[in-house]
Amino acid sequence: MSTYAHKKSFGATVWDYLTTVDHKKIGILYLIAGGFFFLVGGLEALFIRVQLAVPNNDFVSAGLYNEILTMHGTTMIFLAAMPLIFAFMNAAIPLQIGARDVAFPFLNSLGFWLFFFGGVFLNCSWFLGGAPDAGWTSYASLTLESDTHGVDFYILGLQISGIGTLIGGINFLVTIVNMRAPGMTYMRMPLFTWSAFVTSALILFAFPALTVGLFLLMFDRLFGGNFFDVSAGGNTIIWEHLFWIFGHPEVYILILPAFGIFSEIFATFSRKRLFGYSSMVFATVLIGFLGFMVWAHHMFTVGMGPIANAIFAVATMAIAVPTGIKIFNWLFTMWGGNIKFTTPMLYAIAFIPSFVAGGVTGIMNAVAAADYQYHDSYFVVAHFHYVIVGGVVLALLAGTHYYWPKMFGTLLNEALGKITFWLFLIGFHLTFFIQHFLGLMGMPRRVFTYLPNQGWETGNLISSIGAFFMGVAVIILLINIVMTQVKNVRVGNDPWEDGRSLEWAIPSPPPFYNFKQLPLVRGLDPYWIEKMEGKKEMTPAEPLGDIHMPNPSFLPVTISFGLFVAAFGAMYHVDDKNWALPVLIIGMGITLISMLIRSVKDDHGFHIHKEDLENEDDKGGRA
Amino acid sequence: MAAVQDKFTEMTWPSSPEKATLEAKNKFLGFWFFLGGETVLFGSLFATYLALKDKVPDSSHPLAKDLYSMELTFAATMLLLTSSLTSVYAMYHMKNFNFQRMQAWLLITVLLGAAFLGLEIYEFSHYVHEGHTFTSSAFGSAFYSLVGFHGGHVAFGLLWILSLMVRNAKRGLDLYNAPKFYVASLYWHFIDVVWVFIFTVVYLMGMVG
Repeated sequence: MSTYAHKKSFGATVWDYLTTVDHKKIGILYLIAGGFFFLVGGLEALFIRVQLAVPNNDFVSAGLYNEILTMHGTTMIFLAAMPLIFAFMNAAIPLQIGARDVAFPFLNSLGFWLFFFGGVFLNCSWFLGGAPDAGWTSYASLTLESDTHGVDFYILGLQISGIGTLIGGINFLVTIVNMRAPGMTYMRMPLFTWSAFVTSALILFAFPALTVGLFLLMFDRLFGGNFFDVSAGGNTIIWEHLFWIFGHPEVYILILPAFGIFSEIFATFSRKRLFGYSSMVFATVLIGFLGFMVWAHHMFTVGMGPIANAIFAVATMAIAVPTGIKIFNWLFTMWGGNIKFTTPMLYAIAFIPSFVAGGVTGIMNAVAAADYQYHDSYFVVAHFHYVIVGGVVLALLAGTHYYWPKMFGTLLNEALGKITFWLFLIGFHLTFFIQHFLGLMGMPRRVFTYLPNQGWETGNLISSIGAFFMGVAVIILLINIVMTQVKNVRVGNDPWEDGRSLEWAIPSPPPFYNFKQLPLVRGLDPYWIEKMEGKKEMTPAEPLGDIHMPNPSFLPVTISFGLFVAAFGAMYHVDDKNWALPVLIIGMGITLISMLIRSVKDDHGFHIHKEDLENEDDKGGRA
Repeated sequence: MAAVQDKFTEMTWPSSPEKATLEAKNKFLGFWFFLGGETVLFGSLFATYLALKDKVPDSSHPLAKDLYSMELTFAATMLLLTSSLTSVYAMYHMKNFNFQRMQAWLLITVLLGAAFLGLEIYEFSHYVHEGHTFTSSAFGSAFYSLVGFHGGHVAFGLLWILSLMVRNAKRGLDLYNAPKFYVASLYWHFIDVVWVFIFTVVYLMGMVG
C-alpha cells in the first residue's frame, strides 16, 4: 500500500477499508473476499472428490452431499469467480483507460458490500439448520420440496449479492463510456477493458431475470405464491427459463474478462501488439450478443419440441465462430513474437488447449439429439469444468500473478508460481479429463455414491487424486503470497518490463489519485508507443491542476448490513417466530435510513491542491 | 466544465443542466443503463404473467375477463399519463431556472401519481373480495407480482420526488441537484411507459378473453 498507509494503526487501516471508495482498495477487498470464498468452494470440491473416490463410500451422508454439491457450485460461481473478476476489473480498468476513479465510487463500494453480506448470509446456512441442497440451479420442483431453510438462504443471499453485481455492472459501463482519458478512443481501449465493457452489459441485461426468478421462488417459499405449484395452475418450467436466461449469459460474464486478461498477457509476453485487435473486439461483442440467444440449450430434454431445440442448437454452435477467431488471434499473437515464459504466460499458453477441449465438448452438447445421451451425466460435468476451470480459473490465477505488482507493489515469486502452475494444470486435467469417459460410461451427475463393478472405480479414483493436486497448488500459491508480502521487495512502474497499456506507466501501487496529470493517448498500447520513442513516461494531456476526489463513506456497509439483517427476518417469518417480523422491519429500516442519509446529505468530495501535488514528485504518479 | 457549487442566474444557467458536470453526465448515463436493466426485470414479469394468465386450480376462480373493468383502468391510465406530462412541464421550468414553477408542477405530478396509487389499491381490494388473491392461484400470484411491482415503483417514485422537493425547497436549483430532479423525472416516465404495456397486455388483452 502507499507509503503513508504504513504509519497507520491497525484500527485505522480497517476503518480505511470499511469506508473506502477507492477502486484500487475495493479491488483488494474483492480479491480477499473472493479468494476466501474460492478456498471455501475448493474445500467443498475436495469433500465431493473424497466421497466419490471409492464406491459405496460413507464419508458424507446423501443429504450432506447434496448440500456440499450445491454450495460448491453456488460459491464458486457467485462468490468466487465473479468477485475475483471484479477484483481485477477494479484494479486495472480505471488505470487502463487513464481515469482517476470509477464513475460512481460510492456505488462501487456499495456493490462490494452487498456481494460480501450476501455471501456471508448464504454461508450462514451451514450453522443454521443446513445449507441449500437443490443444486446451484435450484430448480423449482426441488426447491419447493426442500424442507430446511437452506434454499431460503440461497434465494435471499443471491438476491442481495445479485443487486451488488448489477450495481457494479452499471458502474463499469458508465466508467468506460465517460471516463476515458484524452485520445483513448473505443478502438484504442485494451482488450481487458473491452471485455469488461461487454461483460458489464451482459450483467445489466442478465441479472434482472435472476432477480425476478428469485423473487418468484421467494414468493412461493415464504409468502404463499403459486408460481411453481402445478396444483394451483403454476408451472415449474418458468423458473428454468428465467434461471437460464440469466445463467447462460452468466457463463460469458465469467469467460469474457478471462479472455481479456489472457489477451493482455499474450501481447505483453510475446512483446507484440495483439494480432487482429479489431476482430478481437468484434468477436467479444458478438459473443456477448449471441450469449443471450442460447439459454434453452440447457433445457433440450425438457420437451420444448424439435423446432425450439434446433434453433437453440444452431445458435449455440454459431458461438464457436467468434470464439475460434479469438483462439487463432492469440496463436498469431505468439507467432513470431519474442516470448517470455513467465508464470502468467504459462497459464495463458495452457489455457488454449484446455479451453479448446471444453469448447469441442460444448459443440457436442449443442447437438440436441446427442445431448439426450450426455444430459445429466459426468460428461457435462467434465465439459463445464473444462471451460470454467480451464478458462476462468486459469485466467484468475494468471491475473493474480500478472496484476499482483500493480495491486500490492511486490512481485510474486516466479519459481513458486511455476510450481503452482504445473501442479494445478496436471491436477486439473487429471481430475476432469477422465470424467468425460465416466459420463459416456453412464455415470450420472449429482449422485452421492455408486456401486462397484460398473467400470467407474479407476476413473473416480484418478479424478479424486487430481483434485488434491489442485489443492496443493493453491496452498503453494498462498505460501507464495505470504512469503512475497513478508519480504516486501518493492517494484517499479513496469515490473514485467514489457507493459503496453497505461496501468504500467504509473507507480505500483498507484497513488490514490492514479494520474497526477491525465495522459495523452496516441494509439493502441499507449505506454508501449512512448517507450518505443525512448520516453520513460506518458505525455500529459493537461497542465498540473487541482484534482477532485470523492469522500469516503461508511454508508455502503450499513445499507448492505440492513438487508443482511432483514433477510433473517423474512426467512424465519414463515416459522411463526414472533421476533422475525421486528427483525425484518429493523433491517429494512437500517437500509432505508442509510439510503435517506445518503440522499439528503450533500457529498461534494474534496480537492487535492496543485501545490500538494507538486511536492509529491518523489512519489511519482506523473502521467 | 461547470462546478457543482457555482451560483447561477437565469442568464448563466446552462441549457442542459442535467449534463453540465462530469458527475451529472455519469448520473444521466448510469440511470439510462439502470432503466435498461429495469426493462429486463419487467420483461421477465410480463413473460411470467402471460405464461400463467388464467391458470387457476378450478373453475370457481375468476378469470381475467371476469375481473377487469374498463372504467377503472382507463381512469388510472389517464391519471398516470397526465402525470408524465406534468413532469415534463416541471423539467421545462428546471431548464429555465424557474425553481418555484418546477416545484409546483412536481407537486401536481405527485398528486396525480398518488391518485393513481389510490385507484390501484381500490382495484386490488375489489379483486380480493371477488376471490382473486395473491395466494388463490398461479394467475393471482402472477397478476399481483407484475402490477404490484409497478405499483411499488410508483410508490417509490412518489417518495423519491417528494424527498427531492423537501430537501431542496429552501436552496433552489444548482448543478448538484438539477441532475437529481432530471433522473427522477426519467424514472417517472419509465414507470409510465411500463403502465402503457400493462394497460395493453394485462387489461385490454385480458378483457377480450
